[in-house]
Amino acid sequence: MIVPISHIIMVATAMFLMGLGCVMARRNLIMILIGVEIMLNAVGLILVGGSALWQKVDGQIFVIFLMAMTAAEVGISLAMVVYLQRRKGTISANAFDEMSG
Amino acid sequence: METILFYILSAVALLATLLCVTRRNPVHAVIYLVHAFFALAMIFFLLGAPLVAAWEIIIYAGAIMVLFMFIIMMLELAPSEETPGMDWAVFIPVLLLSATLLCATFAIIAFDPGGADGLPSYYASPRTFGYALFKEYALAVEVVSFQLLFAAVGAFYVGRAGRRKGRWMR
Repeated sequence: MIVPISHIIMVATAMFLMGLGCVMARRNLIMILIGVEIMLNAVGLILVGGSALWQKVDGQIFVIFLMAMTAAEVGISLAMVVYLQRRKGTISANAFDEMSG
Repeated sequence: METILFYILSAVALLATLLCVTRRNPVHAVIYLVHAFFALAMIFFLLGAPLVAAWEIIIYAGAIMVLFMFIIMMLELAPSEETPGMDWAVFIPVLLLSATLLCATFAIIAFDPGGADGLPSYYASPRTFGYALFKEYALAVEVVSFQLLFAAVGAFYVGRAGRRKGRWMR
């Protein structure tokens, strides 16, 4: 290990919290998706750090699965962004609150 | 050497992420996020995951972020408050981050020619990685491929359902 695992976890936690704040605070659907991307990358950093800590390749393999999942998620959610933009003419999250219940 | 580089790259990644989540313009946010991904890819390389580092750049920065940019430009989401004359202050943070990343790349190349020496104690070569991926995790690879197929079908359906009826028939 080139650095202690606690430092890697601190960096990843800071990154995850920034992504979480982006998801919670922003009203733009694109910015919400970017926040999700940031959070998933922080998780990937933890996985690679664990892989280096325990000297096993499994953590890196899970990062690959994480990337595949991210690709699937981004494909569907960007298609939904296009659909919602066509439907209401805006992508502000405040415009889609009919199901409040 | 790797330790110093790790802290520099962590600072770049966190700074780029912070700038990303505070931008009003989604295009600027995507550009800063690409910087964060580059820094993260170099951290992965320093932690002994060269293949994951390459895929981080190819898939995240190369494919997913370009998809984001494509959607932003297709839907014209970026505010177009084009002022006459260039505002050079906008370029300062992005230039600083790029310069730092470039210097870190040169440092890695200069201190580790060929990628053989000075590697961390653990280093998963692509061969090790491929064996583990397609032997121990073969079933998971199949499941993930199904997931990608379903996502493609779902994205196609959602994109199709948004069209008005008969608009494409004429």
